[in-house]
Amino acid sequence: MPKQVILGAHFPGVNNTTVWSDPRAGSQIEFASFAHLARTAERGRFDFFFLAEGLRLREQRGLIHDLDVVGRPDTLTVLAGLAAVTERLGLAGTLNATFHEPYELARQLATLDHLSGGRAAWNVVTSSGAFFGANFRRGGFLEHRLRYERAGEFIRTAKRLWDTDGGDFAVRGAQFDIAGRFGVPRSPQGHPVIFQAGDSEGGRELAAAEADAVFSRHHEIEDARAFYRDVKGRLRRYGRNPDDLKIIPGVSFVLGDSDADAREKAHHIRRQQVSPQTAILLLEQVWNRDLSGYDPDGPLPAVDPDVSDHTVVQGRAGQYPDRLATAREWRERAEQKNLSIRELVIETTGRQSFVGTPQSVAAELDRYVQTGACDGFILVPHLTPTGLDEFVDTVVPLLQERGVLRSEYRTTTLRGHLGVS
Amino acid sequence: MSLRLAVALDRHGWHPAAPGDAAAAFTAAHWSGPVRAADAAGLDFVTVEDTFGPPETGPARPDAVLVAARLAPLTRHVGLVPVATTTHTEPFHLSTALATLDYLTGGRAGWQVRVSGRPEEAALLGRRAPLPASELLAEAADAVEVVRRLWDSWQDDAVIRDVATGRYLDRDRVHYVDFAGRYFSVKGPSIVPRPPQGQPVVTALAHTPSVYEFAARTADVVFVTPAEGTVAEVVGAVRAAEAAAGRTGSPLRIFADLVVSDRPDLGPLDSDATVVIGPPEELADLLERWRGRGIEGFRLRPAALPGDLEAITRRLVPMLRARGLFAPRAGRLRDRLGLPPARNRYAEGAVVA
Repeated sequence: MPKQVILGAHFPGVNNTTVWSDPRAGSQIEFASFAHLARTAERGRFDFFFLAEGLRLREQRGLIHDLDVVGRPDTLTVLAGLAAVTERLGLAGTLNATFHEPYELARQLATLDHLSGGRAAWNVVTSSGAFFGANFRRGGFLEHRLRYERAGEFIRTAKRLWDTDGGDFAVRGAQFDIAGRFGVPRSPQGHPVIFQAGDSEGGRELAAAEADAVFSRHHEIEDARAFYRDVKGRLRRYGRNPDDLKIIPGVSFVLGDSDADAREKAHHIRRQQVSPQTAILLLEQVWNRDLSGYDPDGPLPAVDPDVSDHTVVQGRAGQYPDRLATAREWRERAEQKNLSIRELVIETTGRQSFVGTPQSVAAELDRYVQTGACDGFILVPHLTPTGLDEFVDTVVPLLQERGVLRSEYRTTTLRGHLGVS
Repeated sequence: MSLRLAVALDRHGWHPAAPGDAAAAFTAAHWSGPVRAADAAGLDFVTVEDTFGPPETGPARPDAVLVAARLAPLTRHVGLVPVATTTHTEPFHLSTALATLDYLTGGRAGWQVRVSGRPEEAALLGRRAPLPASELLAEAADAVEVVRRLWDSWQDDAVIRDVATGRYLDRDRVHYVDFAGRYFSVKGPSIVPRPPQGQPVVTALAHTPSVYEFAARTADVVFVTPAEGTVAEVVGAVRAAEAAAGRTGSPLRIFADLVVSDRPDLGPLDSDATVVIGPPEELADLLERWRGRGIEGFRLRPAALPGDLEAITRRLVPMLRARGLFAPRAGRLRDRLGLPPARNRYAEGAVVA
């Protein structure tokens, strides 16, 4: 039997991948939208549904960001609701190790695992910033270098609590000093599935040590293979096998009747994703300056990026470590091809990962998995809530024909679906 | 005005000897039957019992907010009111979870506020020394204030989806809450748009004047535990607390808690609330009597599931309806309880506190 393709469905998030201006775009907050996407994923025999977490609204230049989707529900609460409208689909939620506490979160995740019959998963992320801390008791005290220490200790503590089967525990570490009775009896999965999403050295080590799956950002095939080799290669040191940790990149897709039709649709979607206003805003993330006076249909700024510590973007991980180099690259490309700011941004940022006919996309997804680039995909649709419908109607049957995706669920828990014990 | 009726659900019932498997109380199947029965009977809401840590004795409970969320899609009318503790938790997470529950239920969410004073519960969090009992309510009042401000931090019309200007949001209609208190500070705004009810219904269980006053400052509904001879006295004390707190606007809805038991075989029940053992006729008589003394609603705690709940939904409710004492209402939970629409403190023209 060929290796199976793991599939997750990411609810469209609060960034410019999600197209809200399309007439078909629905509510980002009504439960019906979440239920539709989850049911669609279950119809496609996906492994899991995936939800991000909000801790504070994003800001740019000190103002609440208003061009992308803004606002989302509480992660755990939505997942508990989705447990009622699905039967087999895994329910994965992002929850920040810095702004939650182990006893409470371990209890909530164990509760979700019970209430869903063994379908809960936790995507562990970390944060150190005072920006988010302003909404929480702890404020921003966690030092950046300590964030993986806290995340690792958090996960180990949660596992310890889950292993008590409701009994007593005592944990004394650098980050936590807690003791008592856990109370919650062992949940169906024992341990809810652990995802890890950090890409740094510390994040990769944490994944190798503690996680069942990695939500990766590496979706270009050579880059994906390199990441796959790197992370899988770390498992032996922890006495684990390569199969114990699944590598699952987040990817986007556009389907068409022909490859040319798909490319045309992809370009149309990119124009929706990068409005004139968004083009300026994305440029500011590289230039780290107020560029509101520039014409999105005009040339790139002649002024160089601000490389001081001051940053115009808040509430989002920095994507451009070397601003001057990126700016140089972008200017050269714009001059070569005679591109305006908006055209350049459309071409340079966030291009879709898989564009083609259902046949070519199914073949390409399969190739990734069979040739050591990943173990599956978290699909990020650009439309809420119907953005996965066409994929499930057209690509899923082709993957099933290829024998790389189940036609019926054979297991009841997410651990069972993923094949991680 | 007809009575308002609620049921308090806790594991296998409120009697410590109520039979049932401890782990079963964590499954969805355990909760779906009782909550559907309450929904079908037209009860105004159910509360889901919880504490921060496991009780000193006996089996633990699942997280009540998540239980309520799991039940939301299974119900159509009944309000869902989980207990959630303020003492060791983040007001920001509480606010967004309850706002989300309000979306899941289409405006049927509430919250029973609880504080945690036991040292065993503080040790589960471990980060700080337990608060002295005298400060628990002060911290809880700050937490409710933050939760409520965050619910209001988006105006109802903040999402504009204006393609012409490329703006999804009108940022002038989203507000920092800038709460800075003795125990914590919260900047805001919420990550969740204003919930369907604007303000989900806030409730508290109160046994003493200081907690009546806490309820008068923070809540919409108070659960009290009078005995046959003290009903008027307790109602009077709640109204006095409202005056002392300087409460303006809608008065507290006063609900009396009663334990309903048809299981004398389980042995005596030591309870903060009056225990009514006997046929539904006697319970209906009591409800009618207490209503005449200023009680507006009742929260009934079945001693053992499913029998004592069935006695309520199948026998008591039809009897009350026949007597003209109870009529199921439709609409959002605030409407069902006769609470006025929730004004947004940040909306134009509103006076910002």
